[in-house]
Amino acid sequence: MDVNTDLAMWSNQLIISAMIVYAVAMIFYAFDLFGARELKTSESRAASPAKASTVRRTNRKTATTAVLDRPDDDDSEAVKSPRKNRHRGARIGTSLLVLAMLLHVGGVLTRALSVARVPWGNMMEYVLSATAITVIVYLLVLTKKDVRYLGTFVSGGVLLCLGLAITVFYTPAAKLIPALDSYWIAIHVPIAILSTSLLYISAILAVFQILKSVHETKDPKWLRFLHRLPSSTDLERTSYTIAAVGFITWTFTLIAGAIWAEVAWSRYWGWDSKEIWTFVVWVIYAAYLHARATRGWGPTKVAVLNLIGIASVIFNFTVVNMYFNGLHSYSGLD
Amino acid sequence: MAGSTEGSEKTQPTSGVDSTAKQGDRPAAKSTVTQPQLGFLGMCRWAWTQLTTMRVALILLLVLALAAIPGSLLPQRIQDPGRVNTFLEDNGAWGQFLDTIQMFDVYSSIWFSAIYLLLMISLIGCIIPRTKQHWKAMRSSPPKAPRRLSRMPGYADFDSAQGEAETRADADEAFLDAAEARLKKSGYRINRQSDHIAAERGYLRETGNLVFHIALLMATLTMAIGSLFGYEGQRILVEGETFSNSLVSYDSFEPGSYYDADNLPDFRLKLDSFTSTFDDQAVGNQFGQPRSFDAKVTTTADGHSESHVLKVNEPVRVGGVGVYLTGNGYAPEVTVRDAKGDIVHSGPQVFIPDGGDPGYSSEGVIKVPDSAGTQMGFVGVFLPTAAQNQDGELVSSFAELRNPYLVMSGYTGDLGLDSGVPQSVYSLDAENMEEMTDETGNPLVIQLAEGETQKLPNGGSVTFDGVKKYIAVDISQDPTQALMLISAILVLAGLGLSLFIPRRRVWVRIRNGHAEVAALARGEDPMVERAVDGLVKDLRDPEPDAGEDGDGDER
Repeated sequence: MDVNTDLAMWSNQLIISAMIVYAVAMIFYAFDLFGARELKTSESRAASPAKASTVRRTNRKTATTAVLDRPDDDDSEAVKSPRKNRHRGARIGTSLLVLAMLLHVGGVLTRALSVARVPWGNMMEYVLSATAITVIVYLLVLTKKDVRYLGTFVSGGVLLCLGLAITVFYTPAAKLIPALDSYWIAIHVPIAILSTSLLYISAILAVFQILKSVHETKDPKWLRFLHRLPSSTDLERTSYTIAAVGFITWTFTLIAGAIWAEVAWSRYWGWDSKEIWTFVVWVIYAAYLHARATRGWGPTKVAVLNLIGIASVIFNFTVVNMYFNGLHSYSGLD
Repeated sequence: MAGSTEGSEKTQPTSGVDSTAKQGDRPAAKSTVTQPQLGFLGMCRWAWTQLTTMRVALILLLVLALAAIPGSLLPQRIQDPGRVNTFLEDNGAWGQFLDTIQMFDVYSSIWFSAIYLLLMISLIGCIIPRTKQHWKAMRSSPPKAPRRLSRMPGYADFDSAQGEAETRADADEAFLDAAEARLKKSGYRINRQSDHIAAERGYLRETGNLVFHIALLMATLTMAIGSLFGYEGQRILVEGETFSNSLVSYDSFEPGSYYDADNLPDFRLKLDSFTSTFDDQAVGNQFGQPRSFDAKVTTTADGHSESHVLKVNEPVRVGGVGVYLTGNGYAPEVTVRDAKGDIVHSGPQVFIPDGGDPGYSSEGVIKVPDSAGTQMGFVGVFLPTAAQNQDGELVSSFAELRNPYLVMSGYTGDLGLDSGVPQSVYSLDAENMEEMTDETGNPLVIQLAEGETQKLPNGGSVTFDGVKKYIAVDISQDPTQALMLISAILVLAGLGLSLFIPRRRVWVRIRNGHAEVAALARGEDPMVERAVDGLVKDLRDPEPDAGEDGDGDER
C-alpha cells in the first residue's frame, strides 16, 4: 500500500498553480467577451467576424489555417493595427489556458503515479480529471471553430470545480477500494468523464444561444457584448453537435456501467440511485434530441431542455454521490 | 425519432383536431362532417395517431424521466425492504399513502409501467411506417433535379471548359461522367439523367436510426423476460462451510415467475479461506479503507473440483450460474456451557458489520435454546480492533483482527422460537426474557478477549474461542444476458450511425457548358456547403490525382 506522498504533494501543488493560471485566463477571457463594446468603437466595421470568415473561405492560402492564428500578414496596412488588437484578451486567455491545462494535466498525472492507478478513484480525482478533459475538449473544439467566447465559462467553471475538489471533495491519495478495483474503471469512468465535459460545453453554448436569440430579437443594452458571437442558429448547431456526441458517450457510459454492475453486483440493472439518475439524464438528452425535430419546439425551448439535462448531470454527480443511499458510494468522503 | 429533421414529423399535423380540419381526404375528416361520434374504432385511431406523434413521444419521455426520480428519493423494496418498513413506521398515514400509490415499488408500479408501455407503443407506431418508407427509399433511385437548383442550401455554378472534346455536347457528357465517378467514389447512389445527375448518400443514417429504436425495444423486452426466467439468491458462508446449490441452502431466494426452482444446476462451493486487508498507511478519511477482499473457494461440478479466487469484481461462474462476492464480516466462535458444565452452544456466529463504521464493529445474537433449565440469549457487539475513544467508550479503531473483543449482555427466559412466528437469526426478541444481572443487581456485561471465559450468574459460562470470517454471496442466473448485450451493442451502433452519417442529396447539372452543383441536407448535416465546395473544386479543374480532395470533402 505504498503511496508516494512526495508525488501526491507535487500533484496538489500543480493543481493549485493551475488554478491560479485558470483564474488569470478567465479574467482575460472575460475582458475579451464583456469588453467587446469598447473594442467595437476602436474597430473598423469591416472587421466584423462574419466578414472575416468570408475572407477566410475565399482566401485559399489561409483556408486550412485554424482560426486561432488569424492571418495578419496578408492584410492591408490600414486594418492591421485594429486587427492586432482584436481578441487580444481571448488570445492571451487561450495561451494561459494551455499553460494551465499543462499544469493541470501534470497534477492529474502525478496523482495517478503517486498511487499507481487511474486518477479517478474518488470524487476529488473525478473532478480533477473531468475538468482537465473539459479544457482539452474545449481546446480541441477551438482548433475546428472559433469558440473563444466560451473561454470565460470554461476557465471559470473549471476553476470553481477545482476549488471544490481541493476543499469539499478533498481526499488524500490512497489505493482503490475493492469495489472499484476492476478494469472496468478504466472504461466506464473516463467515458463518463468525457460525457460530462461534452455536455457541459454544450450547455454553455445553449446559454449563449438563448442570450444571443434575445440579442437578435430585442437587442437589450446589457446583451450588446454578444454582437460578435455567431448567430443563435450557428450556436444551436454547435451545441447540438456536441450534445449529440455527449449523448453517444453517455449511452456508452450507461451500457459499460451495466456490464460492470453485472460483474460486481450480479445484475446489470437494479435501479440503484446512481443507475436511476444515469437513466434520467439519458432520457432527458433523448428528449432533447427529439425536441429538435418536433414541431412547436422552438430553439430556445430546446436549449432549455439541454440546460435541464446538464442540471441533472450535476445533480447526479454531487447530490446523488454525497447524500443518496446507494451502491455507488465512492465519493471517498465520510 | 432522434435526428430526424427530414420533415415527416414537421409536416405532419400534430393535433388530431387540427388535422381533421385541414386534411379532407382523411377518414377522420368525414366524421367531423357528420359530427357527433368518432365511434370506438375512430377513438382508437385517434389515440393511435396521437400516440405516434413525436410531440406525444417527447412528452412521454419527459414524464418517464420525471417518474423515475421518486425511486431515488424514497427507499425501494427491490433494494432494501427493511428501510421501506422503517420509513412506513416513521411516517404513519403519509407513508401509507405513499405505499398506496406504489412509491416504494416505483419501477414495477402501474403508473411507471403505463408510461413506458405507452412509449413502447409510440415507438412501434413510429418504427413501422418509417421502416416501410425507408425500405422504399432504399429501392428507388434518387429523385431528379428540381428546376431551380439555386434554391438549395448548398449551391454553386460555373462554366466548364470544353477542353479537348470535339463538341460542346461531348464535353458535357464527359463532365457528367467525371461527376458520376467522383460521386460514386464518395459513396453516393446515382441516378443519371440526360442533362444532370441526381445522387443521394447516407441511407445508413435512417438504417441506424431504425436499428437504434428497434434495439431499444429489444432491450426493454429482454429486461422483462430476464426477470421471468432467472433467479437471484443470497447466502452467507463462514470459512470452511460448503454451499450446495439447492433451494434449502439459500438464505433468501427470489425466482422469476417461470423459473423452475426444482432444477437448479448441480454444484457445490466451499469457502476455504477469506482474507481482507485494510489501509493502515493512508491518512485522513482514507485510513482504514478496505483494499482487498479475496475469497479462496473450491467449486465442484460434474465431478471435478476447481479452485478460484472470488473477488468483488470477479465473480465465479459455475454451471451457468454466477456467484458474486457482495459482503463479508466476522463470525466470533463462542462456546456456551450451562450450569452442569455441558456445552449447549458452540461454533461461529455471524455478526453483521455496522455499514457506517470503517472499523467493522458488528452486531450479532447468540441463541441457546437447548440448555438445562431456561433458554438463554446473548446480544452483543464484536470489535475487531478494540480501543477506547476520547469519551472512554469501546470502539473498533480498525477493521482487521488486531485486538478482537466481544461485548455482550445475556438474557434468560423464552426465546420465542416455538411461537411459530419466523424470527431473524440476527435479532433477539427479549419480550419474554429477563436480562442477566451481576451480584450488585446491575445488568451483566460480558466482556471477552480472545480465549477468555466468563462465568454466568446461572452457573454456566461463555467462552470466546476465536474468530472466523464469512462472506455474503449473491448467486444468480439470467439466461437473457447475452441477448441484452447484443441489444446494447445494437443501440450504440445504431445511435452512432443515426447521428453522424450525413444524409444528403446532390445534383450536378450541365447545360451548354454551364455547370450547376447543388446539395440538400436531409437531417443534421453541417458539411453540406463544404460538400458543394469540394465537388466544384474537383469538377472545375479536374486533377489526374483526384484523391487529393480539398478541405470541403465529406468524411
